[in-house]
Amino acid sequence: MVQVDGIGAAGSLIQARGLDKTYRRGNEDIDVLQGLNLDVGKGDFVAFMGPSGSGKTTLLNLLGGLDVPTRGTISVAGDEITHMSRGKLTDWRARHVGFIFQMYNLIPVLTAFQNVELPLLLTKLSKAERRRHVETALFIVGLGERMHHYPRQLSGGQEQRVAIARAIVADPTFLLCDEPTGDLDRKSADEVMDLIKRLVAEYGKTVLMVTHDPLVARQANTTLHLDKGVLVEAGARQGAVEAVVRQGAIAGGV
Amino acid sequence: MKFSGLILANLLRKKARLVLTVGSFAVALFLFALLGVVSDAFNRGADIVSANRLVTINRTSIINTIPLSYRNEILRIPGVSYVTHDTWFGGVYQDPKNFFPQFVIDPENQRQVFPELIVPDDQWNTFLKDRQGAIVGASTMERFGWKVGDRIPITTTLYGLQDKALEFNIDGVYHGAKPEDDTTQFWLQWEYFKESVPASLQGQVGWYTIRIANPDDAPRIAKSIDNMYLNSPYETRTETESAFAEGWVKQFGNIKFLILSIGTVVFFTLLLVTGNTMAISVRERTNELGVLKAIGFSDRTVLVFILGESMAIALAGCVGLLLALVAIPELSRVMAGLLPPLLVTAKTLAYGVAAALVVGFASGILPAYGAMRMRVVNALRRV
Repeated sequence: MVQVDGIGAAGSLIQARGLDKTYRRGNEDIDVLQGLNLDVGKGDFVAFMGPSGSGKTTLLNLLGGLDVPTRGTISVAGDEITHMSRGKLTDWRARHVGFIFQMYNLIPVLTAFQNVELPLLLTKLSKAERRRHVETALFIVGLGERMHHYPRQLSGGQEQRVAIARAIVADPTFLLCDEPTGDLDRKSADEVMDLIKRLVAEYGKTVLMVTHDPLVARQANTTLHLDKGVLVEAGARQGAVEAVVRQGAIAGGV
Repeated sequence: MKFSGLILANLLRKKARLVLTVGSFAVALFLFALLGVVSDAFNRGADIVSANRLVTINRTSIINTIPLSYRNEILRIPGVSYVTHDTWFGGVYQDPKNFFPQFVIDPENQRQVFPELIVPDDQWNTFLKDRQGAIVGASTMERFGWKVGDRIPITTTLYGLQDKALEFNIDGVYHGAKPEDDTTQFWLQWEYFKESVPASLQGQVGWYTIRIANPDDAPRIAKSIDNMYLNSPYETRTETESAFAEGWVKQFGNIKFLILSIGTVVFFTLLLVTGNTMAISVRERTNELGVLKAIGFSDRTVLVFILGESMAIALAGCVGLLLALVAIPELSRVMAGLLPPLLVTAKTLAYGVAAALVVGFASGILPAYGAMRMRVVNALRRV
């Protein structure tokens, strides 16, 4: 169950409290996030919407341990990540977070197989075990036949599915998707969204997704809007009425 | 090892750039080997000389002669075992470009003073009996395709012999006991030379080489010889063969400094070129490095990747050393007579590999450090 009221549900997988993020641009401080609270349960599928510069990607970066908040705390499965050293945060990301980017961000000189294998190179798995995991991940995304193709030999939708396979291959605690369909046509976008929904429904994955596309956002269990300092929960599938929950003073900027 | 595939894939990303960068390394390392070998060759004299040999020359310069009569006087000095004399003949074979060193030798003592230059006994005996005989070093024999028994005309512009070529019978071939020994020389008989030159030169020789019983006596014996001829028309300067060899090299200028300067410029240029290439290569894939960091590759691993690439390029460039290994002996053969033997030693190769690794490391470390320090969120913004 997703909550943004700062009270939080017992046993939330992801818990953010009082998150502030301020950027300095020249002599000016830009407050992007102020006092944001968020609770996400295991198996939730949350979409973040909002205009450009509303702080969606910043929030995703903070939750994924790519950036650190100016103030506030983030806990994931009981691990407080906010004060981890850079090195520990890197290790934590490798174990807990799967990233899916708008531009796929595959390594062009590696095959689909090699791209998906990358996160496993950081584990102690043997070559044979890595191969088995990679083949399973590529099978799940429906690209078992294309594992030896290079990104340039794949369509945009296929590239994004390889990126999804890379994100899930190490069985992370949750997935962060930054505009996963932003660079795809409608048909490919639908295929990718079907896949993400299947990861939630069949494999119990927790997914946090940023999108501009209402049709895409509608497929999440919960949609949160970030705009003008307000974090709004809208359209929870269970029919909850849109509720305005304060704490997220979101200013323009990044 | 599991990251080697990733390093290799990145290296092969732009093949033309890879080939050009590796080529720069290869050319620089070939040049390094060549310069090192030439430097070794010029300085080898001091290394291969015998500790128990002295050289006596005319105090004015080596091109001034000294009397033959000194030989027996020197031989009487306590501690002197053998004395032999040499004279520079300065001839060419058929064409001025066919130059190689010819020495008029004293057959009686040559082998006792230079035991490392080996001539088979039967050939030596033939030479002793043949007034027009010659003993030729193996590399000069190979250079001109000569065989034992050939009759060879040699023309010199010295000693008033401009208009006539002297003919010599090749009676034997000498080899060096060690690969670095000079096998380009051509030895001819003193008696034949003496008969051919004007009377005023018949009692003069170029220099003496003296074999002494105990190297510790060298300063005393050298002093005795030079004191003996002090204030005479032919004053002498006697020094160890090592000092003589060093003085000989100095005639060509400070070769070591010259070679060091060229080598430094070459490697500094290589450092700039490779460093720039690595910096461009890293900048081009900032986003990819950001992705690697995002999915859990540590800063240190990213540093190792970039350094691994620059070191791999450096090692691939060592093909230049292999090329040197093949080409320099050939060059040495072609240049025989003009340059001392050019030998690619294990030490030169090892220094070459070490120099490559140092440049590889130095050219990769700054881009690698930049990649290591790069913040993930900034890297991911770069497209």
